[in-house]
Amino acid sequence: MPVSFEVNGKRVTVEVEPRMTLVDCLRHQLRLTGTHVGCEHGVCGACTILLDGEAVRACLILAVQAEGCKVVTIEGLSNDEALTPLQASFRRHHAVQCGFCTPGMITTAHALLTAEPDCDADRVREVLSGNICRCTGYISIVEAVLDARSAYRTPESQS
Amino acid sequence: MKNSYVGSAVERREDLRFVRGRGQYVDDLAPDGLLHAVILRSSVAHGRIRSIDAAAAVKIAGVHAVITARDMPGGPPRIAMRLQPLPEFKPFEQSVIADTKVRYVGEPIALVLATSMAVGEDALDRIVVDIEPLPAVSDCETSANGDRLLFAEQGTNCAMTFTAECGDAVAAFAIAPYVRREKFRTGRHYGLTMEPRGVMAEWDAATGQLTVSGAAKVPFFNRRILAKLMGLPEDAIAMVENDVGGGFGARGEFYPEDFLIPFAARQVGRPVKWIEDRRENLMAMNHARQAQVDVEIACTRDGAILALRGHADVDMGAYMRTNGAVGSRNVAQFMSGPYRIPNIDVDVTLFMTNKTPVGTYRGPGRFETDFFRERLFDMVAKDLGLDRVDFRRRNLVAESEMPYAIATINPFESKDQFDSGDYQITLDRCLTEFGWDEKSKLQGRLIDGRWHGLALGCFIEGGAAGPKETAGVTLNDDGSFTIAMGSSAVGQGVETVFAQIAADALEIPLTSIRVMHGSTTYLKEGYGSYGSRATVMGGSAVVVAAQKLLENFRALAAKELHVPPEKLTMADGQATAPDGRRLTLTDLSAHGLSAEGSFSNNSKATYTYGTALAHVAVDAKTARVEVLDYVVVDDVGRIINPHTLHGQVIGAAVQGLGGVFSEELVYDSNGQLLSGSLADYLIPVATDYPNVRAISLELHPSPNNPLGAKGAGEGGIIPVGGALANAVSNALSSLGVEIRELPLTPPRLWSLLQKATASA
Repeated sequence: MPVSFEVNGKRVTVEVEPRMTLVDCLRHQLRLTGTHVGCEHGVCGACTILLDGEAVRACLILAVQAEGCKVVTIEGLSNDEALTPLQASFRRHHAVQCGFCTPGMITTAHALLTAEPDCDADRVREVLSGNICRCTGYISIVEAVLDARSAYRTPESQS
Repeated sequence: MKNSYVGSAVERREDLRFVRGRGQYVDDLAPDGLLHAVILRSSVAHGRIRSIDAAAAVKIAGVHAVITARDMPGGPPRIAMRLQPLPEFKPFEQSVIADTKVRYVGEPIALVLATSMAVGEDALDRIVVDIEPLPAVSDCETSANGDRLLFAEQGTNCAMTFTAECGDAVAAFAIAPYVRREKFRTGRHYGLTMEPRGVMAEWDAATGQLTVSGAAKVPFFNRRILAKLMGLPEDAIAMVENDVGGGFGARGEFYPEDFLIPFAARQVGRPVKWIEDRRENLMAMNHARQAQVDVEIACTRDGAILALRGHADVDMGAYMRTNGAVGSRNVAQFMSGPYRIPNIDVDVTLFMTNKTPVGTYRGPGRFETDFFRERLFDMVAKDLGLDRVDFRRRNLVAESEMPYAIATINPFESKDQFDSGDYQITLDRCLTEFGWDEKSKLQGRLIDGRWHGLALGCFIEGGAAGPKETAGVTLNDDGSFTIAMGSSAVGQGVETVFAQIAADALEIPLTSIRVMHGSTTYLKEGYGSYGSRATVMGGSAVVVAAQKLLENFRALAAKELHVPPEKLTMADGQATAPDGRRLTLTDLSAHGLSAEGSFSNNSKATYTYGTALAHVAVDAKTARVEVLDYVVVDDVGRIINPHTLHGQVIGAAVQGLGGVFSEELVYDSNGQLLSGSLADYLIPVATDYPNVRAISLELHPSPNNPLGAKGAGEGGIIPVGGALANAVSNALSSLGVEIRELPLTPPRLWSLLQKATASA
């Protein structure tokens, strides 16, 4: 069945099976492979995307549920010219190793910082506790997110 | 001017794609005509296959084929071991697909090829498999009994016994003034990677070429195995390394799927991709760590260790996989850790059970054996009325004893020695950083409803697994350089690290270097990334290749400038003649300058060493443990990139904490895996361990390689079990709690606390 929604600012209509998850639709039909699949049961957070501005797990949503919604993926939070302040902060703090959880981490952190640019370390940890990273031990990720807060206090530097 | 990229916290070049979601992992590939493979796995731990009926499955629209053992002429081949391939292990090696018997839950039985994974999974439900169940062997005790055999023709479930020996333990124990004997156990963990495994194979019938994507860790080794199993020459196969979402020892070994997918692709003449789901990953990727030990120590009354002896049983799972024996060997070899123990007699028996086969997981054998040893040491220090720090200090191998020979492992008579170091230094530095003198006043005290405990553990980390690594350097037309590596990238940041090493060796800017790694297409030969070897072995190979290239440059420049080569001054990518005429590397870039280099360490390992200290608070009512502080100090010989190194140590420490408190693969007595999701197998999350610190020193370079570097990817995980189990035991010492088993899951610790409180 057809489903129409907006992805990274572009309106798309895709033909999907009713049982297809949104993450499979994004990755396989729309070829947006920056969103990763780590568990398919809503625990690891690698597939986190923004759905109408909220960070959600694309493995727990059916594609058809996205009808009429605004979807933003890691591709939509990136540009060719330069890293965003949040991305640059991840790099500066060595908050990335294998990179597999990173798009989900950045998407979750982006949603948090957009809503709460003054959040403290405990709040960052609490929100990121829904995203599993097996490489870093999280310490550098928390530092990276905290360090990027200032960029979210001025609206124009948000991506 | 010489560069000094080595030693600098250079930001990783990999991150530019990873933070934008532009990494390319194997599941991101989708060539035209792709078929998806899904695998039917055994739901029975032990049984005889009576029949497999796939007739209904192949009728489903979109299902292309169902492959079983019957499709393999001559029967399914077995996967040969890569490390310690002893003849005794041969009969226990795994077939690429179950034929007449299944031996663990998760063993592949059939492969479905379909137009999508969803259709393939529909088909799985329509395959009828009739299995006659047999009683399962779910632990070492049942395995040792021998009345239920996994391999009837072997007459035993015991695959091998390794021994570690030095001195004369019997004589030492006979006259020892003090001995203590204890039993400990560690549970089953695995090197869970965030990216599940995946393989994609493309067969070109016209040229007879096979391309396999998704390679990791040891592509060259795996190509050799695959070529043999497929009956192809090695050069007909290209193994392609994509971005890899974590390795930890488990990913990249040759698994059944590494044959099944290429086999299927050749069979149907279309590209075939298989991506593991998380449930499969939990039951199909190598497990590790499950061991139990009965160990005895002999000391003088003032705390000099005289001897160590004992026996360990390792639960191997159903088959001997490619590196399945490494953990068991290491339990034997490293039970003595960084300590001077003149007499050792430890043996380790490998028992087959109806569980997922084991392989390596970061710090294989060493995490386990450090827990056994450091727990024992704390008990001994307490018995003898000695300070636990002094006891360790007294017995650490001294700098003057380097190189220090450690116990010999048999049956293959493996000898090794510690390369360099002053083990007291990391101990002292760690005590200072941690604030031991002040904090240890809290030892065993109950404050605001929580018991405080502090402890330490010392460790060594073997690295730079031999024998060899290769690298190539090519000067491109535009004056840039391409480095080709035999080493693999599994997320450690090797592109950045090798670029740093190459830029320093060639005396050129970092930005002029491109690093290609892993795939078999860049070099004739390569070894890979395991045993904390990539930076040391691969990095040394880059140094050798760069030196060769500069020699070639000198020879060519001499010819062009008409001066003898030895008269040229070489610096900053320039060759300058005595009269001032000069040529730069870029001037000669059209000449196709390139060089290959290899580095062999004659299998002389490097030994990073260090100390870890932990401070915990245990809730007196709920037994919840908070790690208030954890500090690890190690000496890695030479630091190439402080950022990536620090990330490895901290990341490994937190992984270790998961293994101490929450991660456990649990089986019931029928061999059913009870922890089949990430809601059951609990990995640390961001709120769990915020207080982890690591300090790495570079005081004693390894004499065994030109960089002086030591392997450092695993040390972070090795001391965690010992230090934390000691800290919790010390916290609860007034209640008489002694930890003898890991993981220390909340229910396990709670019941220990309940029992202790009841009897107190």
